Amino acid sequence: MAKKLTVSASPHVRSKETTTGIMLDVIIALVPALIMCVVYFGLRALVLTAVCVASCVVFEYISRKVMKRNNTVGDLSAVVTGLILAFNLPATLPFWMAIIGSLIAIVVVKQMFGGIGQNFVNPAMTARIILMTSFPTAMAKWVVPFTDTWSADAVTSATPMATLAGVQGGNLTTVTSQLPSLTDMLIGKHGGSMGEVCSIALIIGGLYLIARKVISPIIPFTFIGTVAVFMLFAGKGHIDFVAYELLGGGLMLGAFFMATDYSTSPINKKGKIIFGIGCGLITSVIRIFGSLPEGVSFSIILMNILVPHIENMTTPKPFGAVKEKKAKGEAKA
Amino acid sequence: MAEKKKLGKELTKGIIVENPVLRLVLGTCPTLATTTSVESAIGMGLAASIVLICSNVVISALRKVIPDKVRIPAYIVIIASFVTIVQMVVKAFLPSLDEQLGVYLPLIVVNCIILGRAEAFANKNSVIASAVDGLGMGIGFTAALFLMGAVREIFGAGTFLGTGIPFLSENPMLIFILPPGGFFVYGILMAVVNRIAESKGKKRAELRGCEACPMAATCAINKKEVAES
Repeated sequence: MAKKLTVSASPHVRSKETTTGIMLDVIIALVPALIMCVVYFGLRALVLTAVCVASCVVFEYISRKVMKRNNTVGDLSAVVTGLILAFNLPATLPFWMAIIGSLIAIVVVKQMFGGIGQNFVNPAMTARIILMTSFPTAMAKWVVPFTDTWSADAVTSATPMATLAGVQGGNLTTVTSQLPSLTDMLIGKHGGSMGEVCSIALIIGGLYLIARKVISPIIPFTFIGTVAVFMLFAGKGHIDFVAYELLGGGLMLGAFFMATDYSTSPINKKGKIIFGIGCGLITSVIRIFGSLPEGVSFSIILMNILVPHIENMTTPKPFGAVKEKKAKGEAKA
Repeated sequence: MAEKKKLGKELTKGIIVENPVLRLVLGTCPTLATTTSVESAIGMGLAASIVLICSNVVISALRKVIPDKVRIPAYIVIIASFVTIVQMVVKAFLPSLDEQLGVYLPLIVVNCIILGRAEAFANKNSVIASAVDGLGMGIGFTAALFLMGAVREIFGAGTFLGTGIPFLSENPMLIFILPPGGFFVYGILMAVVNRIAESKGKKRAELRGCEACPMAATCAINKKEVAES
């Protein structure tokens, strides 16, 4: 018998990639940074992360139920949001504040706009900014690594970013005593939010995602590259200053894990380059000229909002298409 | 009897179904600016309501006298007189409220709700109907402001009408007092009211931008539409 010819509508080639698989890769990529933050900030960091993840999943489940939509808890995107949100918080943050953060990220930013793929800004990033504006003191309590994060009077310190904000023209000699060494910056022995301190773990995670083709390298590299070039000029050529700026703050976390969020970044290469450069420029401008020590979160949110316009600008021309001429009749009318 | 029923409808439509703030999206600026506390929200709501009722009555009474071409300036003069009266009364008897509302009290003159109701209702209907419409819209406006003010003050400052609420007053979420929080609360309240109105079987109110707009009759877009139809 002859083989039957099956006629069906496109798509004909299906990828084995699933949302769950991608999210699982992101979780794997975040594990090294998670381990390092538990090493530095103790068990409380792990508990706080668990609270964030659990509350994100619960809020996702409840809001899908209430909105009578099919449940998307299984795709693990809420787990990723919870992890990234936790990485953006200081280790001493009260648990209920973290739960409010999850509520904002999942219910307000993600589900109210239609769930996964429909949010116009990064949920975790927005939650961090809202928490920062709402609870400025609790959200700026950066503890020194290896101290008791459970106690209310844990030793706090200025983050390297806050110290660097006072530096004029890249001359670090006046503040060297207040800054951790560059090696400490790389492995994360300095104050900061839980997940952002250990740059090397984040870079390893980011490279894993690039190797697995989960994220494209364009956004992280243009983002970090723009900051590097800007800082080279702002620091009048002091390489040390550039290194501190790159390793400090949330740059690595933001560039690899948050700016690359699928639903809030441009689709094609040209758009990605514009997006990365924009993020880098806004971050640098806030760090150098703004009153805030750190600008990664605001830069990503601002560029998220511009993504539809970037997409419009960079829509590729179909092969052989001619630029549409203005119809003559219209001009007369 | 029919007349009475109609008046009742004019009164109640302003509260939910045609709530000026949450359904017609008019008067957004004073809504966001004055709802940082319950006290100033109620103050703003009442002041605007008084002006709305009075101006509706006067504009309706003069609707056959005012020439069509200069009606907007004429309405503004009428509204401005009432705003001046209200402002003087508030300054004399409630100076603290005057301080809280600041520039938004005199700005009632250009409040879209008042001009919008004058254009959309008062210049077509009788004096009594216009007064009732103004009262209903005023109640709707005040209720919406009160709700927003309550949510923003309770969470943003941890107080209600100035009295502290345990726990919340120690950990206020500042963002509720700030403009972005105002927009959040506004949007969520709008969604809730739309839901209530729809569950009552009422269709989502069309954003009758042109009809409510004071420039409707002279606007180029509208003229074109009228000509086409």
